[in-house]
Amino acid sequence: MSKLIIPTPLRKFTNNEGSFNSSGSTVREVIHELVSTHDGLKKHLLDDNGNIRSFVRVYVGEDDIKSLNNDLTPVAQNDIVSIIPAIAGGIA
Amino acid sequence: MKISNNAYQLMTSDALERFPNECCGFFFGEDGDNRTVTHVMKVNNSKEGDQRRRFAISPVDYMKAEAFADEQHVQLLGIYHSHPLHPAWPSVHDREQAMPWFSYIIIGVQPDQITRVNSFQLNDDRLFTLETIE
Repeated sequence: MSKLIIPTPLRKFTNNEGSFNSSGSTVREVIHELVSTHDGLKKHLLDDNGNIRSFVRVYVGEDDIKSLNNDLTPVAQNDIVSIIPAIAGGIA
Repeated sequence: MKISNNAYQLMTSDALERFPNECCGFFFGEDGDNRTVTHVMKVNNSKEGDQRRRFAISPVDYMKAEAFADEQHVQLLGIYHSHPLHPAWPSVHDREQAMPWFSYIIIGVQPDQITRVNSFQLNDDRLFTLETIE
């Protein structure tokens, strides 16, 4: 099982659990397993097409999946997968 | 939301010191019916380009903030940033990238004074609602 780390603002959807164990073999499978277990997360993590929202970063270990194979990045047993909110904004 | 004097001072002085650029950082404390802000972490504005109108926080800094919260036994409650020469009101960009649960403190700042400090939270429809600051 891999371990998915849930960021603080999303823990209200996971009964305050900070992590989630998954048997998914890709990032996509891991994220979909998470949102099927905790439905309230769906609109915050996935867009209307079921893809990971552009403002959500996912890391496998210390690597951004954008530098790997995006949501098809393989996830091995004992990998740590982290969801990290992209934080940005400003006047315009 | 209640903000300690020290935390308020740290955030507003950051807004003044980094003027005309936008400042940004995290704040921490206790959650509850009335959140209490006790700790502040200033972070680098990692936005490439015009930092007078935009800010960004790197994933590495985000992970540091989560780690700090664990170590200090406080909760990561949200993000603050400034709006130089503009009202302390969220922009479309602020809302698009906002997460639920977090509080978003926006500091309106002029060259030599703070004009307004507001805090917002996303509701279930992903719209911002104003939080009362004591």
